[in-house]
Amino acid sequence: MNSVLRSDEVIRRDRSSSLDALHQAHLRRQRKLRAQVLSVQMAILVLFFALWEVAGRLKWIDVLLFSYPSKVFAQIWKDAVSGELWGHLGVTVGETVVGFLLGTIVGTLLAVLIWWSPFLSKVLDPYMVVFNSMPKVALGPIFIVMFGAGFMAITITTLSITVIVTTLVVYNAFKEVDPNLVKVVRTFGGTRRQIFNQVILPASFPTIISTLKVNVGMAWVGVIVGEFLVAKIGLGYLIIYGFQVFNFTLVLASLIIIAVVATAMYQLVVYIERKLLAHRQ
Amino acid sequence: MEPVVELKNLTHVYVNDREASLAVEGLNLTVYPGEFISLVGPSGCGKTTILSMIAGLLHPTNGEVLVYGRKVGGPSPDVGYMLQQDYLFPWRTILQNAAIGLEVTGRLQRESMDHLTQLLDEMGLEGTGGLYPQQLSGGMRQRVALVRTLSTDPGLLLLDEPFSALDYQTKLQLEDLIAGTLREKNKTAILVTHDLSEAVAVSDRVILLGKNPGRIRRTFEVPGHIRETQPFYARKEEGFNELFHEIWREMETEED
Repeated sequence: MNSVLRSDEVIRRDRSSSLDALHQAHLRRQRKLRAQVLSVQMAILVLFFALWEVAGRLKWIDVLLFSYPSKVFAQIWKDAVSGELWGHLGVTVGETVVGFLLGTIVGTLLAVLIWWSPFLSKVLDPYMVVFNSMPKVALGPIFIVMFGAGFMAITITTLSITVIVTTLVVYNAFKEVDPNLVKVVRTFGGTRRQIFNQVILPASFPTIISTLKVNVGMAWVGVIVGEFLVAKIGLGYLIIYGFQVFNFTLVLASLIIIAVVATAMYQLVVYIERKLLAHRQ
Repeated sequence: MEPVVELKNLTHVYVNDREASLAVEGLNLTVYPGEFISLVGPSGCGKTTILSMIAGLLHPTNGEVLVYGRKVGGPSPDVGYMLQQDYLFPWRTILQNAAIGLEVTGRLQRESMDHLTQLLDEMGLEGTGGLYPQQLSGGMRQRVALVRTLSTDPGLLLLDEPFSALDYQTKLQLEDLIAGTLREKNKTAILVTHDLSEAVAVSDRVILLGKNPGRIRRTFEVPGHIRETQPFYARKEEGFNELFHEIWREMETEED
């Protein structure tokens, strides 16, 4: 009897250890794959900068136009140490954050308004389509005249790019909420406001958050274009200025900074998204 | 005895851009307190339309719906509605999901929450209040939906194929649970179903509807001894198969 029990125990232990071994092997394979992907990614990056550096130094490419990495990073270092960079960076990031938050909020509020009144939605539909397909950047000069050459005009330019897209995407999300979820609240005699607060808004929340991701990119386009047009400060201004004095090292330095900061902002939004939607997965 | 539901010459027309089509015409039906009624019939016979009108989600084109003697003007917490699937909100916990009806009707108090927790326990869902719907099985989720429906203490329950999305075993268990719970709490119920054996097993009266337009073709009384037996065992009772086949044949004759 005792030996039978023990053998049962042994079988159970064997089984669990073999399952464990399979799981560990799977994890090892995953780790190896991740390491491979990462090393190829790094290799591409290093190769790209090395090739660029060599091509520049050996004059395979026009250095005036394309510069090369050590010059570009020296430029960034110099501006960072002298403190000149921070003002430009701060203004641009500020404009982007404001443009992207306001764009999302105003766009969502507009979507709420349209959802509330189906009549208004029908009336506004063609106007939204026209405005959405039009290159809003073309309105830049008008915004400059209206709001002066500065922060306000740039923010409005950014909003003109982000708001309508946000409205369309969020409104669509509102419409696509499963009508049966709405029915649940309706069967209890829920009002339109309760339907919105209890069902439509929380159900569309993931979409609203994911429009944030799109809007990060959009806001950068809006801000840089806005700065091209008017600014006396900001990364967009640095690009235009570098272009005018034919300092392409400055242009490329600004581009690299934009790439880094925009990526950081995007990752921040991804992080927030994961936190907020954690229990829905 | 004052009837719970009275349908008087009920007619409903669906209107869209292409046409106006008659879904239900001249329907008369009376349901008394504590009764369990099933509506069966081919697709397109207006079963769900009838249920929606009793719930106040749809307005009849003609005729009237009286619930507890009052004309139905819109949804009310006195009438509970259970849908084909649980439709629990994935962003709410089980307890919060069950409480949505109390929240909407502004009755979210301490006692009502305690009552809700007790209902969850009764349905074999103890300890799940803090979980999210995706952590529960289909049968458990539908039981949460039942608690949600019962939360406002409606006298009348409208069940719109609540078992159709479940696997067979779960469906049988849930039939017993729901039929038992409703009988014990002395609720009146109207069930819409495709499943004739389910209809015979759980109800007191089975109403066969015809289509184009929806109307009552025949009413079948379920014999007392089948009614009093739990749905699972009712299927083995004498007379069950005969009644099942009688309804089946009646339904077939129209299909031709």
